[in-house]
Amino acid sequence: MSSKSDSHDASTYYVPHGSPWPILGSVALFTLMIGAVSFMNEWAGGWSFLPGALLLAFMFFGWFTTVINENEQGMYNLQVDKSFRMGMMWFIMSELMFFAAFFGALFYARQLSVPWIGGDGVKIFNKLLLWQDFNAAWPTNGPAKLGGHADHSFETIKAFSLPAINTAILLTSGVTITIAHHALREGNRKVLGYALAATWMLGFLFVYLQGTEYHEAYTELGLKLSTGIYGSTFFMLTGFHGLHVSIGAIMLFIIWLRCMRGHFTPTRHFAFEAVAWYWHFVDVVWLVLFVFVYWI
Amino acid sequence: MANSGHAAHEGHDDHHGAPKSFWQRWVVTTNHKDIGTLYLIFAGVMFFVGGLMALVIRAELFQPGLQFVDPMFFNSMTTMHALAMIFGAVMPAWVGLANWMIPLQVGAPDMALPRMNNFSFWIMPFAFTLLLSTLFTGSGAPAGGWTLYPPLSLQGGDSFPMAIFAIHMMGASSIMGAINVIVTIMNMRAPGMTLLRMPLFCWTWLITAYLLILVMPVLAGAVTMLLTDHFFGTSFFSAAGGGDPVMYQHIFWFFGHPEVYILILPAFGVVSEIIPAFSRKPLFGYESMVYASASIGFLSFIVWAHHMFTVGMPLAGQLFFMLTTMLIAVPTGVKVFNWSATMWKGSLSFEPPMLFAVAFLFLFTIGGFSGLMLSIVPADFQYQDSYFVVAHFHYVLVPGAIFAIMAGIYYWLPKWSGHMYNMSLAKWHFWLSTIFVNVLFFPQHFLGLAGMPRRIPDYSVQFADWNMVSSIGAFGFGLSQLLMPYLVWQCVRGGAAAKAKAWEGARGLEWEVPSPAPYHTWETAPDEATIIHASPTGH
Repeated sequence: MSSKSDSHDASTYYVPHGSPWPILGSVALFTLMIGAVSFMNEWAGGWSFLPGALLLAFMFFGWFTTVINENEQGMYNLQVDKSFRMGMMWFIMSELMFFAAFFGALFYARQLSVPWIGGDGVKIFNKLLLWQDFNAAWPTNGPAKLGGHADHSFETIKAFSLPAINTAILLTSGVTITIAHHALREGNRKVLGYALAATWMLGFLFVYLQGTEYHEAYTELGLKLSTGIYGSTFFMLTGFHGLHVSIGAIMLFIIWLRCMRGHFTPTRHFAFEAVAWYWHFVDVVWLVLFVFVYWI
Repeated sequence: MANSGHAAHEGHDDHHGAPKSFWQRWVVTTNHKDIGTLYLIFAGVMFFVGGLMALVIRAELFQPGLQFVDPMFFNSMTTMHALAMIFGAVMPAWVGLANWMIPLQVGAPDMALPRMNNFSFWIMPFAFTLLLSTLFTGSGAPAGGWTLYPPLSLQGGDSFPMAIFAIHMMGASSIMGAINVIVTIMNMRAPGMTLLRMPLFCWTWLITAYLLILVMPVLAGAVTMLLTDHFFGTSFFSAAGGGDPVMYQHIFWFFGHPEVYILILPAFGVVSEIIPAFSRKPLFGYESMVYASASIGFLSFIVWAHHMFTVGMPLAGQLFFMLTTMLIAVPTGVKVFNWSATMWKGSLSFEPPMLFAVAFLFLFTIGGFSGLMLSIVPADFQYQDSYFVVAHFHYVLVPGAIFAIMAGIYYWLPKWSGHMYNMSLAKWHFWLSTIFVNVLFFPQHFLGLAGMPRRIPDYSVQFADWNMVSSIGAFGFGLSQLLMPYLVWQCVRGGAAAKAKAWEGARGLEWEVPSPAPYHTWETAPDEATIIHASPTGH
């Protein structure tokens, strides 16, 4: 988008003026963390998350409003645009590494810790002395059979049931956002509006279906967060993914509102692209998740 | 001067000096110099907080037996000392130096994302308020070591989630800081400032920033799993549910090893600026320095399990991690030889920055050698969790990272304040620090090799003598550090005017602007001739 010659033109340097949002954001984060600590330590109930969450939401709303207004007034040049792009790219990279930690835990458990507990190789004494009855097969809730039904058994969610439908939903939403992007670049605002609306609706549909899946897991399958290592990895991976889909769907909804208000031009639409990248990122994480958590 | 352009400030409120009000200047600021100053002040405060904790430790260890504190509090001190020094002192000091110097050195008017820059700073005081307030909880501060290994760390009381969330906040701050560094270097360089004309401080910080982005989220994931294991019944680190406490160590050190290079890589950059400046010669092997830094950055991702050789890893794992660890000696050796070769037949002078840089060269290398000893698996089985390990990492962190930070401060202080500082006081600071740091840490090698374990408040009488020596060194070193804030204060208040190029042999665009650096610099980018003139290689 940004041509090289423009981005290094000395007259295009731009430094934004000071802003109260970062300090408010720090206070909001601090308040949220104090709330979380109070909840975990049972000093207070679930409401203790509320003040921090509200402040944080207010901060995001205010900060983005400031930036959007400045952008609409044409204060940002191509160099700023490029800085935003690179910033978003590396933010997504850091998000990928966050998921990598949980995928690492999944692979470690499946490939190493569970076989070792079952007496694999030189760990034979685990089998002989500690857990003679443990069958080291995936899925497992460990030698102590933690969580699950009353008899400590549990079932898993079949890959080619609801998860496959969810995969189709996310892939479709990847297509619709691409259609929206093409429409935006061609100046076809009508198709842009419909395709983007379809995208955020599919996103929320995904979240809703994940909710029903969780409900089924908890009420019928005996699959809970506390169901051993399978439940731990299953819910942490799908849970953090679902959180990211929710955030992504909210962002899609907001850029849809902005499109409705006539924001973005065929050549300048960083926010749209940033959300689209983010959406593809949650899509890719889901595909890996579908394969390694649900399928094999 | 090239920084007189005025028209550059579209939509800016146009003040060319610093804003008058405290709120505008220090709280909501987007100015990289002010944010850099804030970071450095914060790091200085945490350096003394962490230092006080270290003195509690050394006071207790002055003699065998329990003197001053109970063992639980002693363990809290070792844990909090590490967290305060790593996340509160060294990392923010580097980010502060990056904020001040990178825009100046690449010819940019500011960091690329100035508001996010402000955000990443202001998270830090709040994060540390949360962390340090654990000292006042009923259960006391975290006492399971800064690595927070389960199952021990999971037995913490009220302080446990506070430490976890403080770490989350620090991580968010670090990631935003790292994104800013990368984007500034990749998008804000003046035309003509090619990557291979950048000062090495920018290069090593760029590599550091990549490491930060790749590993801070992994730490966040690891401590999140601790949190859910403690509060929500997950079994990541519990064998009963099919998990493994050792898995935590793998995930933690996948973060932790790059983390130690995050602490030291910017030091390599600073030393690579200072040694050529006071040798009055260009840096020997500039490009090989860049490649060596990148190699160290890459290797840092495949050596992590050398922190945990004794957990019962498969032999293949032990061999792999031993050999990759030893491989790091190659690029590090390239650096040490390049610095030595830079000094070779140079016209050397020993102003305070050079003194600290040369001390870094020798003392960091000692830490590197003990690291090489620790990388040998069968030897490590003996050294594991002994004071030898403590001696090793304190050699690379104190006369390593912290000496380099001090070298950087002494090097750039005239640029920041516009005044030269009290040279003889700075030399006193140097000599006292260098003598006492060796009195403090060198005997710990002997203690470790003789079998003294780390993280204990009491010890067998056979270790008494060297512990006493070490504690004397600790108090000497700690007290000597008080000279530095006094010296900086004096220098900010006044002194002989510093020239634009404060040091005769200095190179870099920062020396092409007046001293003190004006509130806004490089609003008009420097021209290519200036860039070439200032580049580390001169072409």
